[in-house]
Amino acid sequence: MELTAGVTTELSGAEITMRCLQEEGVEFMFGYPGGAVLPLYDEIFKQEKVKHILVRHEQAAVHAADAYARSTEKVGVVLVTSGPGVTNAVTGIATAYMDSIPVVIISGQVPTHAIGQDAFQEVDAIGVTRPCVKHNFLVKDVKDLAVTMKKAFYLAGSGRPGPVLVDIPKDVQTAKTNFFYPQSVSLRSYNPVVKGHTGQIRKALNLLLEAKRPMIYTGGGVVLGNASAELIQLVRALGFPCTNTLMGLGGYPATDPQFVGMLGMHGTYEANMAMQTCDVLLAIGARFDDRVIGNPKHFFQEQRKIIHVDIDPSSISKRVRVDVPIVGDVREVLQEMNRQLVAGKERPDSVAIKAWWKQIDEWRGRDCLKYDRASKIIKPQAVVAALYELTKDMDMYVTSDVGQHQMWAAQFYKFNKPRRWINSGGLGTMGVGLPYALGVQLAHPEATVACVTGEASIQMCIQELSTAKQYRLPVKIVNLNNRYMGMVRQWQEFFHGNRYAESYMDALPDFVKLTESYGHVGMRIDKPEDVEPALKEAFSRKNDLVFMDFITDQTENVFPMVPGGKGLSEMILV
Amino acid sequence: MRHIISLLMENEPGALSRVAGLFSARGYNIESLTVAPTEDPSLSRMTVVTSGSDDVIEQITKQLNKLIDVVKVVDLSDGDHIERELMLVKVRASGKDREEMKRMADIFRGRILDVTDKAYTIELTGTGSKLDAFLGALEQGVILETVRTGASGIGRGERILKVS
Repeated sequence: MELTAGVTTELSGAEITMRCLQEEGVEFMFGYPGGAVLPLYDEIFKQEKVKHILVRHEQAAVHAADAYARSTEKVGVVLVTSGPGVTNAVTGIATAYMDSIPVVIISGQVPTHAIGQDAFQEVDAIGVTRPCVKHNFLVKDVKDLAVTMKKAFYLAGSGRPGPVLVDIPKDVQTAKTNFFYPQSVSLRSYNPVVKGHTGQIRKALNLLLEAKRPMIYTGGGVVLGNASAELIQLVRALGFPCTNTLMGLGGYPATDPQFVGMLGMHGTYEANMAMQTCDVLLAIGARFDDRVIGNPKHFFQEQRKIIHVDIDPSSISKRVRVDVPIVGDVREVLQEMNRQLVAGKERPDSVAIKAWWKQIDEWRGRDCLKYDRASKIIKPQAVVAALYELTKDMDMYVTSDVGQHQMWAAQFYKFNKPRRWINSGGLGTMGVGLPYALGVQLAHPEATVACVTGEASIQMCIQELSTAKQYRLPVKIVNLNNRYMGMVRQWQEFFHGNRYAESYMDALPDFVKLTESYGHVGMRIDKPEDVEPALKEAFSRKNDLVFMDFITDQTENVFPMVPGGKGLSEMILV
Repeated sequence: MRHIISLLMENEPGALSRVAGLFSARGYNIESLTVAPTEDPSLSRMTVVTSGSDDVIEQITKQLNKLIDVVKVVDLSDGDHIERELMLVKVRASGKDREEMKRMADIFRGRILDVTDKAYTIELTGTGSKLDAFLGALEQGVILETVRTGASGIGRGERILKVS
C-alpha cells in the first residue's frame, strides 16, 4: 500500500473517524446512536461539516444513504451501534449489495477486550455482514483506522461498487494516535479492469454491424457507470432497438422511439419478443438474472450471438454463455465502441434493420400495457400515468417499494434520465420507498421526490414519517392501496388456485390520520375523477410531505407476466 | 471434474472464512482445503480441491478473484502440477500383525513415527489416491485412527504462483 501526502496530529479514534469523513467530503451521514458509538456521536456534536440525519430505525439509515448514493455519484455513509444496530442494518446493506451501490457503514463494536465474551449488544458484525458486503474491516488498532477508512471509501466507490462495513470497537474510538489521512491507497489484491480490450470491442462491433435482428439490453451498470450519453450515441448511430432492465431505467430515454420498454418478468411484449428472437445481443452492465431472461434453457432455444460488457468478470458467463466478453468500465468501453464505429466505414445492414423494426412495431401494436381507462374504480396504472403527465417536466425523482406498484411505476413512468428511478431491484426489499425518498430529497433539496408505494410496503418503514418531519423533507407519497399484498395476491391467483393465504391486509390504519399524527398532510382519494386534482394539489404543496392514499382496484394484475421458470416469449398478456 | 485450485491471499484474520463462506453461499463443493502462511508472512497460500463443470469452475475462480483479500488464483489442473497430501495413521500392531504392518508401511514408503506395544503411528505422503490405496491395503479393523491434511499443490517446471 502506498501512502502519499497528509497531515499529522494526535487525535482519538472517534475524532479520526470524523476527520476522515470530512476529508472524503461527506455531506450527510445517516444513523442512530447507541452505547458502542457514543464517542463518535460526541465528535459529531462538536463539528458542523458532516450533517447527521437521525432515522427511526437502522434499516432506514442504510436505505437513505443508499438512495443518496444512487441519486448522486457519491458514496453514502451510515453510522450504527453494535449488536441490534448492525443486525437492523443488514437488510439495508444486503439491498445495497445486490444493486451494487457504494455505501460505507460504520458500526460500533464492544471494546476489543470484550469481543467474544457475549458482551451486552455484541454481535459478530464482520461475520453477520460478510455475505452481503463488498468487503468489511474490524479495526483493532487505532493506528490502522485512518487507512482503513480510506480503503473503505476506495473499495465502495471503485470497480463494481458495493457496501463496505468498518467495525470500530469502543476502545479504539477513545484510543489516541497521530492522524494521517492518505490521499490515495492501492491494494495489491484489488485492481479493477477499467479499459476494455480493443480487439474484443472490434469483434463486438463487427458482430453488431452484420446483425439482421440486433438488440441492445442495458442494466444498472450504465446508470452507475455514468454511461448514458455514450449509450445514447451508440444506439442512435446504430439505429437498433434498446431495452433497459428495472435497474437500468433512465439509462436510455424512455420516450425515445428506439426504446422498446423494460424487459423481463413484467417487461413489454415487444422488448421480450425482441430479446428472445434477436440474432445479436449486446448486453451492457446487466447480468441476465432470472427476472430478466426467465428460464435460460428456453432463452437458448433460439440461436444468437451475445456480447457482454461488464466491469465484473464474474457477471460474465454466470447464467448464460457469452460469445464476446468485454471486461471494463461500461463508459470507457462504449466510448471506444463509438470511436471505432465513427472511424470505420461499415454501417449496419439497413434493409435487415428496417424489416426488424417492422416486426418490432407489429409487436408494439399489441399494446401490452393497456388497461381499462373507463373504470369506475381507480386503476393503479392510471395513477402512475397521471403522476407522469403532471411531473414529467419537473426536476423529478421517483422512488418505489417492492411489488405491483413498483412494476406499474416502472412501466408507466417514463424515465428519460439516469439516477431518477430509485428502487430495490436485486433484493426486492419492501420498505425501501420512504427512506429512499428521504435520502434523495436530502441530496436534491430543490427537486421533487415522489414515492410510489403500496399499503403493505409503506408500513415496513412507516416510522420514517417522523424523520421526514424532523428534517422537513416534503416528499410526496403515492400509495396505491388495494388492501392486498398485490404481487403475492397475483401469484396466488395465477399459481395457487385463488387461495389468498395471508395476503389480505386486514386492520389497515387510516393513513390520513396516521400521516397527520406525524404532522404531515394526508389525502384519501377513491374516485377516478379525483386522481388528477389530488395529485395537482399535493404537488403544489411545495413544503409539505403529502401522503396520497389512492384506493385502487383490488383485482388489478401486472401484465405482461413471464411466470417463474418460463421463457421470455411465454408471457401472460392482458 | 475434479480441480485443484491454488490461491495467494492476504494473511489477515477472517480471510479464510471469506473463502469458506463463498463456497457455502454459492453452493460450490469443497473436497479439501489447506492453508498456511508463505515465506512472505503477509501472504497465505491456500489449496482448494473442488469439483464441478467447466462453467462452475470458471465461476469459482472468478468469484475467488473478486474477494478483496485474494491476491492471485490459479487452477493447477489447467497444466502439469504436483500434488501431495500427508496422512497419519494409527494402526493395531501386535502379535503376528506387527511384522506385516511394518512391511506394508515400507511398501508404501511410509515412516513409523511412534511405536507402542500394541500400535504404530505411520506417516504417509503422496497423492490422495496413494493414501486411499494404503488404507485399502490394510486389513479391516487394524485402523485405529486416521488424519489427513488435504492436498497441497504446486505447478511443475516454470509454472510459479507468486505476487509479481
